[in-house]
Parts: sequence; structure tokens; C-alpha cells
Amino acid sequence: MTVTVAASLDEVLEVLEARPGAEILAGGTDFMVEVNFGHRRPRSVVCVSRLPELRGWREEGGELVLGAGLTYTEMMLPPLAERLPALAQAARTVGSPQIRNAGTLGGNLATASPAGDTLPVLAALDAVVVLRRWGGERRMPVGEFLVGPKRTALLPGEVVTEARVPVGLASGPPAVCQEFLKVGTRNAMVIAVASVALVVDWVGRRVRCALGSAGPAPIRAREAEARAESSMDWEGRRLAAADLDAFGHLAGEAARPIDDHRSTASYRRHAVTVCARRALERAMAGPGWTA
Amino acid sequence: MSGTATMTPPVVRRERVLGRDVSRPDGVPKVRGEFAFSSDLWAEGMLWGRILRSPHPSARIRSIDPSGAWRVPGVRAVLLAEDVPGQPTYGLEHADQPVFASQVVRHVGEPVAAVAADHPETARLAASAIRVDYEVLEPLVDPEAAILAPPIHPDGNVFRHLTIRHGDPSRRGEVSVEGTYEVGMQDQAFMGPESGLAIPGEDGGVDLYVSTQWLHVDRSQVAACLGLPEEKVRLHLAGVGGAFGAREDVSLQVHICLLALATRRPVKIVYSREESFFGHVHRHPARLWLRHQADREGRLVTVEAKVVLDGGAYASSSTAVISNASCFVTGPYVVPNALVEGWAVRTNNPPCGAMRGFGAVQACFGYEAQMDKLAAAVGLDPVEMRLRNALAHGDQLITGQVLRGAAPVAEVIRACAATPLPGPPVTDGPGSMALPGGAGRTAQPGRVRRGVGFAVGYKNLMYSEGFDDYSTARCRLERGLVTITCAAAEVGQGFVTLAHQIAREVLGVDQVVLAPAETSSIGSAGSTSASRQTWMSGGAVAEACRAVARKAVEVAARRLGHPGLELVEGEVVAEGGGLRVPLAEAVGDEVIEETVTYRHPGTSPLDPDGQGDAHVSFAFAAHRAVVDVDLDLGLVRVVEVATAQDVGRVLHPLQVTGQIEGGIAQGVGLAVMEEIVLEEGRVKNPSFTDYLIPTALDMPEVRIGGLIEEPEPGAPFGAKGVGEPPTISSTPAVVAAIRAATGLELSRVPVRPQDIALAAVG
Repeated sequence: MTVTVAASLDEVLEVLEARPGAEILAGGTDFMVEVNFGHRRPRSVVCVSRLPELRGWREEGGELVLGAGLTYTEMMLPPLAERLPALAQAARTVGSPQIRNAGTLGGNLATASPAGDTLPVLAALDAVVVLRRWGGERRMPVGEFLVGPKRTALLPGEVVTEARVPVGLASGPPAVCQEFLKVGTRNAMVIAVASVALVVDWVGRRVRCALGSAGPAPIRAREAEARAESSMDWEGRRLAAADLDAFGHLAGEAARPIDDHRSTASYRRHAVTVCARRALERAMAGPGWTA
Repeated sequence: MSGTATMTPPVVRRERVLGRDVSRPDGVPKVRGEFAFSSDLWAEGMLWGRILRSPHPSARIRSIDPSGAWRVPGVRAVLLAEDVPGQPTYGLEHADQPVFASQVVRHVGEPVAAVAADHPETARLAASAIRVDYEVLEPLVDPEAAILAPPIHPDGNVFRHLTIRHGDPSRRGEVSVEGTYEVGMQDQAFMGPESGLAIPGEDGGVDLYVSTQWLHVDRSQVAACLGLPEEKVRLHLAGVGGAFGAREDVSLQVHICLLALATRRPVKIVYSREESFFGHVHRHPARLWLRHQADREGRLVTVEAKVVLDGGAYASSSTAVISNASCFVTGPYVVPNALVEGWAVRTNNPPCGAMRGFGAVQACFGYEAQMDKLAAAVGLDPVEMRLRNALAHGDQLITGQVLRGAAPVAEVIRACAATPLPGPPVTDGPGSMALPGGAGRTAQPGRVRRGVGFAVGYKNLMYSEGFDDYSTARCRLERGLVTITCAAAEVGQGFVTLAHQIAREVLGVDQVVLAPAETSSIGSAGSTSASRQTWMSGGAVAEACRAVARKAVEVAARRLGHPGLELVEGEVVAEGGGLRVPLAEAVGDEVIEETVTYRHPGTSPLDPDGQGDAHVSFAFAAHRAVVDVDLDLGLVRVVEVATAQDVGRVLHPLQVTGQIEGGIAQGVGLAVMEEIVLEEGRVKNPSFTDYLIPTALDMPEVRIGGLIEEPEPGAPFGAKGVGEPPTISSTPAVVAAIRAATGLELSRVPVRPQDIALAAVG
């Protein structure tokens, strides 16, 4: 097994160019579990965890640029957490502090678990994923990047470097309210049974809702979004109880859940229904939680 | 007396050691990460062992071709069933479990072959290169069907069927309630996976360093399979990272010794977490049917019960677990008439055996749900219902046994019930982590409802039904230093602390050393289970120390030429006070050593009607749980568990608290999350990612409302074992609280979110 501890992004791209089958190791919180279980036998590994180009976040050209090396712990810190509170909430639900110190946004994206906690948040934020390869770059919406359970649009030789979020959705309350609710069978350190990410843009008058652990990849509940947008009293920030109910039900109908050892499809759909309604109610009530 | 009376100053005594929080001898190394657990063992030139296991719950083995393993460079041994020189099977009570399967496999994870290699990864690759040709069979996974199904083992499918008939079970009460209950398969989930190191000896024997609960019973089973006399198999206790019953059975012991003897090299095996889930027994899943009849005042008249335990593929301790589940299925209550039938059966599910609470846990979930139903039917408060029926000293159990020891059932109920209730949750609004759902921040305060539930439980201490239960200990006094030798397995419970305390208390000395626990130099201490080591090995240590004290006084009398001496708090003193010499000085250079075997009062087997004085002693506890439930999502936050426990006497307050908190954690786990999920005999969640145990956010506040210190007659220092009662009634208390919050029947544990949420929405 060849292991390259890359000193720069260029070096990563060079290695990937030379060995397109090389696998990327960032925080290792998914990767090493698979190695330890014998599910993954990498022949070539490129370590990217210390690369400055992938670390942190910045604002650039109307977008918030989140480095692929951004850790869950960093997502929970202000001022980023104040601008993207749903991402901070999602990050808080991941594992233990040790895992949150190691695990990264890019890793969550590239692993593409149906239960990846940041993924529905990125979907609700209309995030664009940036993929780099030697001498090239591709950008695509997160919904296109995540093609199925543990499957992405990444091609051999490519690496996730960034996720970009429109700055208009990252202005924080009261202009934009965000919520993330995650259901698990334990109060912490648990894989999501179902989750809901919600972004309400009071200025742009848009509602975005994405579901996690409720299908092969995050699902945007478009009908629920449309229903909420059309029935919302945007000035008064009010919605009739019946419309809140309808929003929850439409979100539940959008889910495509399965039965497995963690839960049942019917409970997952039910949980999505309840959480979507609660999320919208919270988004109307106040600024929500900040880290 | 007039106003001139003077206050008598209190008698100043040297502070006694028992009853104080002396520090654990292994405490600092454990906290600093310096304690060597069995997985840390290492020997020069050692090899690594690996087990090949069955992927099928039921299959016939057509052939095994190990040649692929031999082709892997670095492989030193490949062993199959035909390579076992001694007895081909082992078992705690019945030797029905093959060392390696040869013709059939009866559960997923059953060992088929073992390899030793230079590197663990080589061993893994080699094991996977062994080709086993299986003819896959339909597994038998329904325990009730197993009773009459064609046998899947030559010994049959019923490990034990017993009946308890007491009084006149045809007697009817004015009020009757009935229910069926189910308990899922819980895992002990200890932190330290199975691991050990075997070193071949020059004499053809073997030294095995292993984490276990009972060195000597392991030795008997290992020696039989190796075809060696017991004295050539020397077991040493390696650092144990928790046990909870899962280390009572042999796991890797025979395999690792076979590999060491075959290669003439030290061999180490450490299970992965996944392998650990397949490598040890679990708590028996149970199905219970109960019918309670009472008079209008709520006094129990008749209880009928049927209990079926799924023992999985091999016997393990199933026969004793079903005895407990049957004996205690009517609870710590006066029950004049009873008819109980219990079955422990064989299936192609993973083998089940000992786990903290040992049959009493499953029973308690059933009978405490029934007591609540009965309270509702009669119109009584659940606490009053229990008080009205509580057992007391002199009462008779359904086995006909009369309670001769301390039985403060009413006292634990009252003390627990009198504990103040906690206030409302402290939240920072919607989605507070203090609410159900925790870090997922799902809760809506208006949709969270609080519930309170109460339960009482009990269990036997030590081994029952005529088992020759004993412990051996040696005390050696040399130049003021006391060395205690006892093979009792320290598995985290704190026996090492207690042994120090007892030696210091009895002999009045400060310098005490505990020799390593092993099998060569001392007899059996019995198992670290059944809440028995404080009584049994504590008793053995105390008696050994007392024997040394008597001898020391004789030696001192001879040396000092002074008759009528006694040992008082570490000093040899003469009656009348004419002489006072420290013990070490009084015996000089003479070495005094005494070894004793300690037994508890005998018990008898149960007769065909399940009658007999089968148990030695009992311990009781009450739990009151307070839960907050998210009514829509079915998520539960256990807010607080209050408890009171019958402990006889507190020997180490902090260790008692630790046992209570730990036991409640496992009880809460069984109530709301812990379950090995099976599908056609296959474990779906063999990892700590998916086998969930409580985190700090799931663990409730524990409020100890009372430690009832009614000394147990016959018990050393009056102390009862305290490890198991916290696990028994904490589970039903939590479920009763969820029932109170939701109004749902909830007849199965663990209670899953969908059991609440989907039932509530219809």
C-alpha cells in the first residue's frame, strides 16, 4: 500500500493523475472503519487532512466557500455557525467530540452515506460541489453529485475541494432561518433514522426543505416547499395550522424510506412528517439555535 | 441526673476500614490508561490467532479444505475439529458446544477452524482462504416452535422444562389481569473485547493469560479439550475490561491453547468488536405469559405464568437462567398459590447465557407490568399495591422456601417512593438537548409529556439448587506484610479493594498485598457472578485472616511467654492491659500462612413441583423512573431514576454507588435501546454503531433514596452482593413511566420509537 501525505493540493492532484485509483483519506472517520472491517482494501492512499487549501471557509463572489477539510467542530463555531445554523446543528449531531474534530465536510460528501448528516443541509442550501482534477475542475449541485447510497459523481482522479453556498442563504436570522432536526434511537452519537433540513429565506421568499436518511440520497421535498411558499403570510411570518400540517405531510410523502435494522420505512416517513412541520414552525417563531 | 452531669467524651477509636471509601489498588492505573488489559498482552516471538466462523445459522458441512490457508506465507498452524486431542465439546453446565464444528453448524459465528500466523492480518487472510462447503439448511429460530420441532442437536431442543406448583393454583380472585410480554436480546457490551495469550510450557502444558470470570472452571473445560491433566493447564487472570456475565463461558480459551501447543509458540488472540458480538453469549430473549388474580383489596391470590427463554444453539447456563426466571416470576410478593412453567430451548439463534440479573430481569419486566395492571384494576396506587403484597422475613416463596434472612421489601419500596421528584426539564426552548431526542433537537416542548413509573425486583445471591459453591483464600503474614491469595476474578467490580479492606479490618494491619489471581497456587474462588464474590471470596479472605490472627496470637504467646493474649486492631494485647505489642513485632520472623475454603449454607434442588430450599439469600431493590416522552416521535429521555436497595451492609460506599449507577445504565439501555436485532438467526447490528448503549445524554440522574442496611445473617460482615439488583427493576420502572406518559400498553422491551409514535397516531 502506498501512502502519500500530501503537502499541497497540487501534490494531491498529481498523485491522483498518476494513480487514479488512489483513495482520499481526510478525517478517516468513515474510511478507517471500512478498512478495519475489511470492507475496503486500498492499494494507494492520499492523505489530505493537513492541506491549507482545503481548510476553513471564506466568502467569495456572492458565495460562502466551505473547504472540504472543514471539520464538524469548525462548523459549530461562530461566525460560521451563525450564518449556517442548520449546518452547525447537523455537525453537533455527528458522533463524539473526537469524531467531530476529525471528520470533514468533504468526507461526508464523498462517503455519500444516505445518513450523512450534513448532506440534507447542503441540499437545502442549494450547495454546489467543486471537484478538482489535474488541469481541470467541475462544479455541480449537491443533488447531482450524490447519485445514490455511497455513490457520487466523482470520477477517478477527482477530489472534492469545496462546497459553495449562495451568500443570500447564509445571512443568518432574521433574514434567513435555518433548522436541522435529526431523529435517532439514542440522544447522542447515533446514526440518523431520519432528518430534516429547512431553510426559509424571508427576503427571497423561498422555502427549501431536504430530507436525510429517508431515501438513497438527500431528497428535496419540492411539493412541500411550493405549498409553504404559496400559503405563507410572508409579511406576518405566519402560516395557518392546516398549511403547516400540509407541509409536514407533503414532506413525508416525498420520502422514499426503507426498512432496516435501525428503523422501519413507516416510522421514517412519520418522523419526516413530524420534523418537517416542527422545523417550519420553529423557523417562523424565531432565530433558532446558534452554536 | 441533675444539671451538673458532664458529657462523656465519645470513645475515640481507630477509624475502621470497612464502610469507608478506600481507594482502589487498580484505580489510578486504570484512570491513567496504564492498566494492562488482556488485549495489551505481549510475548517475545508470539503469533496471532484467528477463528474462522460459520456465516450460516444452520448448515451441514460437506467438506473443509484448509489448503488455501497453508498457502499464505507466514501461517504456522491451521486447526480443525479433528485436531482437538481431547474432548471435542465444552460447556459451562453441559458440554454440548463443539470446539470446532465438524458436521453441522448451529449458529452464525460458530467456530469452524483456527489459524496462527506471524501477523494478525496474515491470520485473517489465511482464515478466509479456508474453503468450507456448506449445505445451507432452514434455521430454527422460533423458540416456541423449537419445543416440538425436530431436534437440531443430539441432546434435544429443550434445555430444561420446569414446573413450580404452589398452594392451590385453581383458586380464583375477584380481580384478574393477564398479559404477554417480550424481552429482546441484550448484550453485555463490555468495553474490552475477548483476548488472551497462551504460552506453551516446557512440560507439555500451557500457561493461559485471559480475561475471564472464573479461572478454575475455564481450566477444567480447557484441560478436557486439550486432553491434558488440569495441573498442566495454568490459567492467569489478565486485565478484564468488564464482564457482566459474558465471560462466564469459554470463548477463545481452547482455541488459543490448541494453537500455542501446535506451534510451540506463544499465541495471542484479540477479538474485533464485531467478532465479540459473535464470540460470547447474550441475555436470553424471553416471552412471558402471566395471569394475576387478586382479591378486591389487591392482595394476590394466584399467579400463573409461562416463560420461554431462547437459549440459542448451545446450553451455556440456560438451565440455571430458566430456573431463576421461573422461581422469581411472581416477584417479591406474597403469592399463596402459583403455577409456573418455564422452558429454555435450543434454536439456531446466537447462544445465550449469563448476563447481570440472570433470568430475574426478564421475569421482572413481566410481573411488574402485571402489578401495575392489577393496581389499575383494583383502583390502588402502584406503590400501595406493592406494599400490600410485599414479602417480609418469615414469608414463603412460591418454591416453598421460607425467607430466613433480611427481606426489607417494604423498606426499599417506602424509601424509594419517598424520594423527592425532580422538577421540570431545564430547557433553552424548542429543541433543547435536555428534552427527548437530545442532540438531534427534535423536541417540541408542548408535545413532551412526563411519566413516572415504579418497580420492585429481587434475585438470589450466589449459586442455587444444591450447587457446591465455595471460595478459597490464603492469608500469609510475614514481617508485618500480609499477602492475600485468591483466584476471584476482578472484572471491574472492586473485589481487589474489598480484599484489602477485609484483611486490614480483620488483622488491623496497613500493609496488604493481593497476589495475582491464577490456578496453580490456590483453589477455586468460584465465579465472579451471581452477586457472590463479596460474600464468598470476601468470606474466604476474612476467614483466612482470622485463622492467621489466631495463629499469630499463639506464636506471640509462645515468643513473649505471656498467655491470654488477643489481637486488637493490629496489636497483640494482654487481658488487663499488661502488654501491648504491634503484631509484626510480636510474631517476629515467623511466617504464618493459612488457607481456607469457605462455603455458604447448603441449598437443595427443586423437586418435581418446583419446591425446595434452592436459594441461599436474596437481595431486593426498588426503582422509580421519571421520563419525558416526545409523543409524536416516540423518543424518550429518562430524566431520573430513584432507587433504594437492600444491601445488608455497605462495605465501600463509592463502589456500591458505582454498581447502582452502572446497573441502572444497563437497565435503562434494555428499556429504550439495547437489542441485538436478529433476522433468521443473523445478527443485523454487531457493532457499537448500531448496538446502542446509553451515552451521557441518555443516562438519567440517579438518586439513591436509601441503602437499607439490615445485616444479613450468615453473610460476612452482614453484607449482601449489590451488583445485580440495580439492573432488575430499573427496566420495568422506565417502561412503566413511558406507559404513564403515553397510555400505551408497551409489552415489549426495548421500547422503540415506532412502538410509541405509530401506535399513538393509530
